[in-house]
Amino acid sequence: MSKMHVKLTVNGTAVEGLAEPRTLLIHFLRESLGVTGPHVGCETSHCGACTVDMDGRSVKSCTVFVAQAQGADVTTVEGLVNADGSLSVLQEMFREHHGLQCGFCTPGMITRAHRLLQENPTPTEEEVRFGMAGNLCRCTGYQNIVKAILAAADVMNAQKEAAE
Amino acid sequence: MIPAGFDYHRPAELDAAIGLLQEHGDEARVIAGGHSLVPMMKLRMAVLSHLVDLRDIPDLQGIEFGADSISLGAMVTQHELIAHAGLAEAVPLLREAALQIADPQVRYLGTLGGNVANGDPGNDMPGLMQCLDATYKVTGPDGSRQIRARDFYESAYFTARSDDEILTRITVPIPAAGTGYAYEKQKRKIGDYATAAAAVLVGEGSASIAMTNLADVPVWSAEAGAALAAGDREGAVSAALAAIDPQEDMRGPVEFKRHVAGVVLRRAIARALSRVAG
Ligand SMILES: Cc1cc2nc3c(=O)[nH]c(=O)nc-3n(C[C@H](O)[C@H](O)[C@H](O)COP(=O)(O)OP(=O)(O)OC[C@H]3O[C@@H](n4cnc5c(N)ncnc54)[C@H](O)[C@@H]3O)c2cc1C
Ligand code: FES
Ligand code: FES
Repeated sequence: MSKMHVKLTVNGTAVEGLAEPRTLLIHFLRESLGVTGPHVGCETSHCGACTVDMDGRSVKSCTVFVAQAQGADVTTVEGLVNADGSLSVLQEMFREHHGLQCGFCTPGMITRAHRLLQENPTPTEEEVRFGMAGNLCRCTGYQNIVKAILAAADVMNAQKEAAE
Repeated sequence: MIPAGFDYHRPAELDAAIGLLQEHGDEARVIAGGHSLVPMMKLRMAVLSHLVDLRDIPDLQGIEFGADSISLGAMVTQHELIAHAGLAEAVPLLREAALQIADPQVRYLGTLGGNVANGDPGNDMPGLMQCLDATYKVTGPDGSRQIRARDFYESAYFTARSDDEILTRITVPIPAAGTGYAYEKQKRKIGDYATAAAAVLVGEGSASIAMTNLADVPVWSAEAGAALAAGDREGAVSAALAAIDPQEDMRGPVEFKRHVAGVVLRRAIARALSRVAG
């Protein structure tokens, strides 16, 4: 049960550390690396507050051992900002459309929505709701979260068109 | 929610993984997507000294099409099953069911192999594989053997696989063109296991019916399939309901489960029949 030498990439930076293999990825991120964007909500794989992007997939980091993440490329909500540190379109749209109230679920929501829009840049409202089904929010009633994601898709698609 | 400590192994070869299972016996377990095993370990319902991660073993990967069947690697995830266009065309029932499992995050990591090997009556894929008449390939120290999904499940968490065997591939026969299909699942909320679920295939003179979470193993009923093949819908429903053995739990009392089982099965049969083409 010795500690292992963990190496992974977090938000574009190579990081390493010593950790027991049983350490949950969420705890490694928050406690060893000080990356506190992803939250611990339920710790039982249900709420999605701990969602991070791991090798291009949305995963609940409370249900991944750090050993399983060895060598992975992990992005958290902190890593989704623009290169100059300003909020990304998706983040900005959550603010504009009141996609958050207490903000506890927001890092997970945004990280998941980011991957959803990567895979499906023009989702319908139903596809957004289905694609966000692994993230719970106790405040907003979801309506404004869905609006924010649909608005982000529109803005991102308009930007893409303008750039072409 | 911290599991007991363990040593972690990530072998790149199947033989090495089997070797680790032999060496450490019941102290060791393989881990695929971890979305059944990690929660069990957190609750300390599973305490293991060695975890053997299967992710780097090439034999367990990939979706391969044969003339009349498809070979799915045990490590193929639910997400990959859903995203594969060729698979959705050849066996649309697989995609329809996979979309009803858990939530997006769980489906990115949860594997087909883990779902069918787990032996939890709540898992959706075992009943589905019985409906499709899939075959599992398991490989151990003495080589490989094939086990039909219909013969695999013995009781909750007990299967025909022995502890030092690894499930490597799943072979799914491609249903004849025009076969009607449906997977109907009743659950309390998104991400929940089934209160009751039914898988139905129906074509020219043939049909297959299996049900999920209504006994300590998935229930495939030959009588129900035969009745539906003969065009007797209500005969099929009574035969399937005679074969289930639901238990009372937080999803409801036995009577309620029997009622829901009838509802999902009738819906699945109606949808499958409406899809019969040709
Ligand atoms: C919130 C949540 C909701 C869920 N909802 C559903 C649902 O609605 N329906 C459903 O079916 N499932 C559901 N699941 C379970 C999920 O689908 C699991 O991913 C799946 O049951 C197991 O697959 P895995 O790859 O994660 O396996 P693991 O958790 O890694 O393994 C499960 C078991 O199978 C064994 N095993 C795994 N692979 C092999 C192999 N190749 N050979 C031999 N043994 C092997 C392991 O040793 C372990 O005992 C849910 C899970 C969560 C967390
Ligand atoms: S904290 Fe991970 S899903 Fe709730
Ligand atoms: S904003 Fe409070 S939980 Fe979502």
